[in-house]
Amino acid sequence: MKNLFKSNAVIMLVFSAVVLSAPIWADPIGANYPDLLQKFAIFGLFAVGYNILFGLTGYLSFGHAAFLGVGSYAAVWSLKLLTMNVFLGIILATIISGLFALVIGFISLRRSGIYFSILTLAFAQMSYSLAYSVLTPITNGETGLQIAADDPRFLDRLFGITQEGVAIPSTHFFGFDIKSMDGYFGFYFAAVVLIIGFYIALKIFRSPFGLKLKAIKSNQTRMTYTGFNTRPYLLSAFVISGMYAGLAGSIMVAIDPLAGAERMQWTASGEVVLMTILGGVGTLIGPMLGAAIIKYAENIFSALNNTELTQMFNFAPETIQNALVFIVEPFVGKGWHLSLGAMFMLVVIFLPGGVMEGVERILRLFGIGKKKKVVEGDAK
Amino acid sequence: MSSTILEIKGVNKTFGGLHALSDVNLQITEGETHAIIGPNGAGKSTLLNCCIGKLIPDNGSVTFNGRNMIGMPPHEINHAGMVRVFQTPEIFPDLSLIDNLMIPALAKRDGTYSFNPFKSMAKEKAIRDEAMESLAEFGLDKFHDQHAGSISRGDKRRLELAMGLIQHPTLLLLDEPTAGMARHDTNNTIELLKSGKMGEMTKVIIEHDMHVVFSLADRISVLARGHIIATGTPEEIKDDPKVKEAYLGEEQEDE
Repeated sequence: MKNLFKSNAVIMLVFSAVVLSAPIWADPIGANYPDLLQKFAIFGLFAVGYNILFGLTGYLSFGHAAFLGVGSYAAVWSLKLLTMNVFLGIILATIISGLFALVIGFISLRRSGIYFSILTLAFAQMSYSLAYSVLTPITNGETGLQIAADDPRFLDRLFGITQEGVAIPSTHFFGFDIKSMDGYFGFYFAAVVLIIGFYIALKIFRSPFGLKLKAIKSNQTRMTYTGFNTRPYLLSAFVISGMYAGLAGSIMVAIDPLAGAERMQWTASGEVVLMTILGGVGTLIGPMLGAAIIKYAENIFSALNNTELTQMFNFAPETIQNALVFIVEPFVGKGWHLSLGAMFMLVVIFLPGGVMEGVERILRLFGIGKKKKVVEGDAK
Repeated sequence: MSSTILEIKGVNKTFGGLHALSDVNLQITEGETHAIIGPNGAGKSTLLNCCIGKLIPDNGSVTFNGRNMIGMPPHEINHAGMVRVFQTPEIFPDLSLIDNLMIPALAKRDGTYSFNPFKSMAKEKAIRDEAMESLAEFGLDKFHDQHAGSISRGDKRRLELAMGLIQHPTLLLLDEPTAGMARHDTNNTIELLKSGKMGEMTKVIIEHDMHVVFSLADRISVLARGHIIATGTPEEIKDDPKVKEAYLGEEQEDE
């Protein structure tokens, strides 16, 4: 019975059901609009990939937004030069960001610990600067890269595919307009990619390769003396997670065909670190959960304002109401990052294993899930 | 006369002004258990580190099975068949005991690098069985799904021995395998090292505990201030005046 719950098929079935039914369960919590649901899926995918590096090997990269950005630019260029079918763009973006990760990873992984983090941060900031100013012909600098009516789209032209009656054609997946179904097609598209990405991550977690990555996190020196060359293992994990980031970036473009340099900024890299830690480093579901929580909080808290808060605290007498509004107001609207910070602190202090640790504790309380292992007393 | 499998020739190692090893020569022959003894700071650990690639000697040569080991990275030295067990147990504390054993077994099978992200660990039955068998041999099978960080220190050392053994090394280097153990545990470890596959294996043991040394060693080398001052059978070493002076004498002074 226990093994049944742990089998890949069951996990994937439950996972797919939960993801695909998002429009239903997100409705009561006020998150049922395609824009936000798409963000859940895209950032979930980003975090799942990031977790393959950070969660499994313990190497903290502060530059993964660079790969997201590279994937975005690659995808827009594919739309401009080749075809409005996003399939090709996604494939190209994943490959190109993988190559980019190979170069950055090769150099950054010459160091470990904090130096590795700083190197990745430096590379990401360099990429950001390049995209923002130096490489303007490729990235269109500040304005961001967009598609235009007079783009060449060689493949579309070659096969005589044209979209009648529109100045700027829209992105499609083998003929299905991404924007169709009031934007829900875009969500389902991202969700299916997320499910595939999650399946690959699940396989990696449960492979000998994944076990070796976990062992590197646990004791890298020991790995060397056990006969493993740890550098190529780390580089593989780095490239895989970079490809996930590029893939996530290209899905963003598939849904909304533009790419800007701000996607590569260090705050964006920091965000995926927060998501992973908030949800639970090294757990399969955690990073995705973290991504959803952060994107949800961003949407909910940033939308609140003085008037709404006053309404919310309507039950209290006026003085208390004013006091409550006064206290809470800095944490919402433009100040929603304060809420995020407070939430992050609470989780890190009380649940070092992230939200997933909380879930596990609750499950244990009800006697489900694994029992806490008996710790044998130290002989000394 | 069996053949030499590890030959250390004219090895020097200095740290700043300190001569940790000066002109060390040592030959380990196949099948023997060779103990290296000496007072603290004599250079015993430095010597082991020079063998496994953790340190590179200033000059001299380390030849293992006819291959030069100097400058070879540690993971390749491991695959050449020389495996070290550390003084402070070097295990994977966040992984289960069974995983701790499957990793060295995988190293043996997969080599220094292999990319197999779509293979399932659940299907690695041969490796799992081998690991389980090894755990049972060391009396650790009842803990197999516990985190290695949570077991007692003695068990950790046994686990690390098992991790070394599962790779079927040609030469096992043991750094104080019984340090910090209670007498009872020490005796268990001696039995373990004497019996079965462990007993037949060529071993180099660094040890302080004379009881352990004389129970296990076929030959003993005495290291003092970076020099090998004597090599011989336990009886020869016991009666060697130089050893008494350099090692036992000093030891008594300390106490």
